Amino acid sequence: MPLYFALTSVSALLAVGVYAIVDRRNPDVSRNVYRICIALCGILFVAAVMPRGASVLSATLPFGLPWIGVHLRIDVLSAFFLAVVNLGGAAASAYAIGYGAHEKEPMRVLPFYPAFLAGMNMVVLADDAFSFLVAWEFMSLTSWALVLTHHHDAENRRAGFVYLLMASFGGFALLMAFGVLGGAGGAYDFASIRESTKEGWKTGLVLALALVGMGSKAGLAPLHIWLPLAHPAAPSHVSALMSGVMTKVAVYGFIRVVFDLLGPPAFWWSIEPMSFGAASALIGVLFATIQSDLKKLLAYSTIENIGVIFIALGLALAFKANGLALPAALAFTAALFHVFNHSLFKSLLFFGAGAVLNGCGERSIERLGGLIHSMPKTAFLFLGGCVAISALPPLNGFVSEWLVFQAILLSPSLPQWTVKLLVPAVGVALALSATLGAGCYIRAYGVAFLGRPRSEAARTAKDPDRWSLGTMAALLTLCLLAGLLPSLVIDTISPAARDFVGGRMPTQAELSWLSIAPVAESRSSYNGLLIFVFILFSAYSARWVIHKFGSSRSRRAPAWDCGYIETSPATQYTGSSFAQPIRRTLGIIAFSVKERLDMPAPGDMRPARLSIDIKDRIFDYLYAPLTRAVETCASGLNILSLLTIQEYLALVFGALVFLLILVAI
Amino acid sequence: MELLTIDIAHVLAGALLLTSFMLLYQDRLSGLINIYTLHAVILSLSVAWQAHYQDAPHLYLTAAIAAIFKALIIPFSLRRIIERLRIHRTVEVIGGVGITMLIGIFLVALSLVVMLPATASADPLAREDIAFALAIVLLGLLMMVTRRNAVSQIIGFMSLENGLVLAAAGANGMPLVVEISVAFSILIAFIVIGIFLFRIRERFDNVDLFELDRVRGGRS
Repeated sequence: MPLYFALTSVSALLAVGVYAIVDRRNPDVSRNVYRICIALCGILFVAAVMPRGASVLSATLPFGLPWIGVHLRIDVLSAFFLAVVNLGGAAASAYAIGYGAHEKEPMRVLPFYPAFLAGMNMVVLADDAFSFLVAWEFMSLTSWALVLTHHHDAENRRAGFVYLLMASFGGFALLMAFGVLGGAGGAYDFASIRESTKEGWKTGLVLALALVGMGSKAGLAPLHIWLPLAHPAAPSHVSALMSGVMTKVAVYGFIRVVFDLLGPPAFWWSIEPMSFGAASALIGVLFATIQSDLKKLLAYSTIENIGVIFIALGLALAFKANGLALPAALAFTAALFHVFNHSLFKSLLFFGAGAVLNGCGERSIERLGGLIHSMPKTAFLFLGGCVAISALPPLNGFVSEWLVFQAILLSPSLPQWTVKLLVPAVGVALALSATLGAGCYIRAYGVAFLGRPRSEAARTAKDPDRWSLGTMAALLTLCLLAGLLPSLVIDTISPAARDFVGGRMPTQAELSWLSIAPVAESRSSYNGLLIFVFILFSAYSARWVIHKFGSSRSRRAPAWDCGYIETSPATQYTGSSFAQPIRRTLGIIAFSVKERLDMPAPGDMRPARLSIDIKDRIFDYLYAPLTRAVETCASGLNILSLLTIQEYLALVFGALVFLLILVAI
Repeated sequence: MELLTIDIAHVLAGALLLTSFMLLYQDRLSGLINIYTLHAVILSLSVAWQAHYQDAPHLYLTAAIAAIFKALIIPFSLRRIIERLRIHRTVEVIGGVGITMLIGIFLVALSLVVMLPATASADPLAREDIAFALAIVLLGLLMMVTRRNAVSQIIGFMSLENGLVLAAAGANGMPLVVEISVAFSILIAFIVIGIFLFRIRERFDNVDLFELDRVRGGRS
């Protein structure tokens, strides 16, 4: 029953896209579309969390590829991701009711937005390779159209091009992965793939292809280059969907292929996800730290979080391969928990960035500042998102990262030396990226919201409308609830862990006082509520003490100006100033930074200039040679378009004779 | 009697192959058309023999189509074309006839080597026929590759098609519909190419394909 609900809603979402085109003259069309999207996402969410009598629901529709049809299925994993997708979808739609009113060309968003939601849902529901790939490409194409919303900007057009290129590359990798999985017999429904036997080389190949295909969509380094270009280019609610939800759909695909279709894992499977995950976490957070574009910063931080999720998945593979069911369940649960959390707070942060963008018309934090006075509500909600994503208790980000670390601490029980040596290194990278991530958000929040306004726009900005604020508040509440009641989330994920890694964490609801204990209570436990109460208590008592013994009046005075008479807001610490230590210490290795100082000679009146040139090494050393190679091949093949008729015939003839000789031998 | 039947079929198919070699060798356009007529006649005889051997009456129809279209209409109109183009006395320059013939022999050997093991289970008549047919197809292609005159290219293409018909007739006959549609598409291809020939001639005073390349600006 829930499956048919879900199907009807997905078709309805597609119909809404058509409705947007038909009703484009109506001034209320934007509002209507987003309202219907909320309702449909709500239905899909309910369909996902609705208690299912039988744990697996499946159906086969009689269209699609002949003899295969369209297989659909909801099991525990797809139900979880369905819930994540539609929670994010409903939030983005609610936010867009207010935000979308500012859109100058709504017809570039409205038809594609519901279709994009439908595509993501279909990926999660698909139960055969063909419909999975079709839905996957549909999702890529619709999101590409959304990236090109503001196509007048040359930078956005470039972002769209790079995105399309990487998406088709990833799509090809997936096509080959499913081709190898399906085998020559062409059994493309997941049920028969699951049952078929796989030889050793096949699993390695499929694993690598799945990592490339899903990783390019999720933003796993070094396939991430499109992500910081494309996610910020879209309107903010779409950015939130792409960053918060679409990357999770890619994670779903990876789990589906590697944990489900490929059969029992070998220990070396864990190496690739873990190493690439660690690389993504570090690269993402380092680039986020030096970004001054607020939406780009959020996009890079998405890469970091995807890295965290892949590390946890790699750990789960390693534990599962060695039959350690409990640690495997712990790592798997941590991964899914982080998926859920990241979709919440990344959507919240992108909504906040959208509010700032609409309020000030400015994305660069270097020209913001002091927004806490002009946009107090947004400032509070954005702060909440920053705290959550920086993994500070008592919010939800802490719980999932803590669970990942608990899983890493169990790694000495792994017998293989490769993994044994790799996991601590990955753990260090994870710890480093968590710390740098917190620093990155302190910088972003401090520069954008605190201090004095650096531009007139920042001074006169206004809080957004009720819909936007309400959505952000709802997301923050969810973040807080997931942080305070993690046991609830863990117990929801547990059935998925049982089905996919063959074990489950101890039931958390049985523990007293809402605390959670990943392995055993004697080993480690965490109680969000306790910490929350402690924070509230200490904060309010400190406030009480200060106001009791100090002055009870708050007054506002000019900032101390070191004796100078007037200070321009430009003399404040800037985002680049905060990033400078990181840039200096790690710049040579990670970013290949070149600083050039142009100091005029004494007596020369021109100003001194410090210019900083930041390059992406991955782009220079991986993509640039690749582009050159493709260009060389393409211009080499140009000769082929200028042959004579005889030469074309001779080519065909030669190929035929060559193949015949092959047959003869 | 059985063996004699097979032998006659083989003689006919071998004669077709030999005629293909003659096509490859001949450098006069009018001679080429004469040999093509012979090619088509032998093909229709061969198909008719197959019809007799397999006792398949529809193959008689195939043979009749081959005789009427390929041995009468097409050679007749080709001859008219070259007369109207005033190239019926043209001797085409083909470099390295010896090498071309050697390549042709190699191709025949290749098709025997490929086809005989591949059709080991088929009946002996079809086996040899299919091997010969492949050789004829390859020789037709070779002719198209080595000739530069558009008329000789058409003839190469037609002889290639004859090879296909031989193979199809040997393999217990192909459905009549396919045969008729192939015959008509060949006819249409012939008409189209004929019209193009006049067009080319009108433009460039020549039907040498190298002229085309020169005009197109390719390297020649």
